[in-house]
Amino acid sequence: MSGTELKGMPQKRPSAAALMRVDQVRKEFGGLVAVGDVSVDVPEHSIVSIIGPNGAGKTTLFNMLTGLYKPSAGSIVFRDRAITGKRPDVISGLGISRTFQNIRLFREMTALENVMVGRHSLMKASLFGSILRTPRVRAEERSVRDKAAETLEYVGLTPAQLEQIANNLSYGDQRRVEIARALVSDPTLLLLDEPTAGMNPQESDQLTGFMKKLRDDLDLTILLIEHDMRVVMDVSERITVLDHGEKIAEGPPDEVRANERVIEAYLGKQES
Amino acid sequence: MNELLAQFRDWRDAFVRRRNRIVPSLPPWWQRALVAVLIVAGILLPFAFTQTSGFLDATIRALAFVVMALGLNIVVGFAGLLDLGYVAFYAFGAYCVGWFGSGFFFNAHVHVLVSSMTETIGIHLNFLLILVCAVLITAIAGTLIGLPTLRLRGDYIAIVTLAFGEIIGVVAVNGTDIHLGQMTLTAGNLGISAVDSPYFPGIGKFDLLHLRPWYWLIFGIMLLVLFVNLRVRDSRLGRAWVALREDEVAAVSTGIPLVRTKLMAYAIGAAFGGMSGAFLGSYDSSVNASQFEFSFSIFVLSMIIVGGLGSIWGAVLGALLLSYTNYYLIPDVFNHLPSTFGLNFDLTDLSFGIFGFVLVLVMVLRPQGLIPERRRTLELTGGRGGDGLPREAPR
Repeated sequence: MSGTELKGMPQKRPSAAALMRVDQVRKEFGGLVAVGDVSVDVPEHSIVSIIGPNGAGKTTLFNMLTGLYKPSAGSIVFRDRAITGKRPDVISGLGISRTFQNIRLFREMTALENVMVGRHSLMKASLFGSILRTPRVRAEERSVRDKAAETLEYVGLTPAQLEQIANNLSYGDQRRVEIARALVSDPTLLLLDEPTAGMNPQESDQLTGFMKKLRDDLDLTILLIEHDMRVVMDVSERITVLDHGEKIAEGPPDEVRANERVIEAYLGKQES
Repeated sequence: MNELLAQFRDWRDAFVRRRNRIVPSLPPWWQRALVAVLIVAGILLPFAFTQTSGFLDATIRALAFVVMALGLNIVVGFAGLLDLGYVAFYAFGAYCVGWFGSGFFFNAHVHVLVSSMTETIGIHLNFLLILVCAVLITAIAGTLIGLPTLRLRGDYIAIVTLAFGEIIGVVAVNGTDIHLGQMTLTAGNLGISAVDSPYFPGIGKFDLLHLRPWYWLIFGIMLLVLFVNLRVRDSRLGRAWVALREDEVAAVSTGIPLVRTKLMAYAIGAAFGGMSGAFLGSYDSSVNASQFEFSFSIFVLSMIIVGGLGSIWGAVLGALLLSYTNYYLIPDVFNHLPSTFGLNFDLTDLSFGIFGFVLVLVMVLRPQGLIPERRRTLELTGGRGGDGLPREAPR
């Protein structure tokens, strides 16, 4: 199924400037500095990866970008708009969607309902409209249902799976549903937190191809946290490396691969 | 013998398969006809009983509790906010009738669309207006009580709402010391008595020797609340509640405004409690502070747990079962059962013991409730479980 059938794509903006500019953000938990003054630029229409050993602060950074945490310092600008410390639902409404490291679906809802929730902020039905079920609410409900089904099929679920309870889907399909839930709100920026966790090499390869397809089909910008180096090196245009909450390297894949501090962070210091 | 059992199992499976195939695919006209028949049966029901029948009295109370249970089900069942202070909204609703439909505020002389002579003291509004007041006041109260719980989860919400329920109860008891000019806020344990009965132009004034109009009134309120529940469950808001219940972090990250969505649940749930409270206040013809006890909250909560948390029809069934047990079976039918065995007590003394037993029985035999929410049913019977292991095919 080709993505060109997906309607309502965000318009590509003419400027090739950074879509998101993260400037010197910092997050402290008590005395612990989880993320210390990290800056990342995410160019429009690119795939940028954030890598680093466990506990490097990657997910904490994501949580600040999506509003789950308030940064202790620094600023985050998205499409020339400061979103530092804004509420998660507001940030989501501006066009930033995410998935989670440990899949977080609404477990007792069907796959379709999960994805319909992703469209919540774009829907207009009021309480009284819903009670009276006005023609407008009815039409909106139908179009959201169709859009959700379309998106689910786009990420590779079969029509028979749409009405299944999310909790009963296989691990891989749950990941797909989560991605569909993030895509259904027509985001400009997609944050993927370790999407290949728990996948075998073939599945990872598939996902790598899928990410490129997403970017091209939907004109998305993707920010990725990933541990699988094959995926990272294959897919990303730029890589930012974090270690102990600090940025230790940044650049295109080949440069980062050769960087000594990165090798050190991953493999330890070589004794001389 | 074993063959016989196997044969029986096959029949049962075949029956279940056929039923599963038929029930969800009932043609719309069939469903509509069924609903129409049920509503007509509901309207005609009181003609089977005398105007003062004890069963009709129990039915009126049972329907009032259905409304309560449907309200609490929104907060606890849909949105997953364990509210143990639901009695507060019963109190607010009942006091709306006490304040705006009696001679309690004796300095005021306000009469709107009521039958009573205009020289009587107090505020006397038409029952429908009182109902509107009750909805507004309890919705605001629900929002205010909900506010401090927004940052809390699970058991802590229960503790805070429990405390609020108790505070309202204590304020109601001690309201005699809160002065509004020459008047007081409540009449405490003495009760605001001689509360107006509903009056509708063309129908006349309700009285307790003719229970049928009361029945039709609460039946209508119940239908309205049921309708709103069904519509909201399958709406954008209903999905948002369940999403918040299932995973708050994921829900807010997908664009659901936490504060507004939770407060909506509190407000709507409270408004239904207020409607029912206003009706019960009028039906009891008095508003007494001692009615607003913690056990009331637990009683309503038991109804939705027995019926199946989050399930609308479960809430209806649970409310009917427990209220009929409480207001009809125990006091009217089986009350003298102990004395026939030569025991020296009434069955009403054991009410709470009986409810406790029923609750334990349900938890052991059918933890998902009598009519579980569709989602829970699927999760418990269909496909894989959370452990990733395939389960048996549903039987």
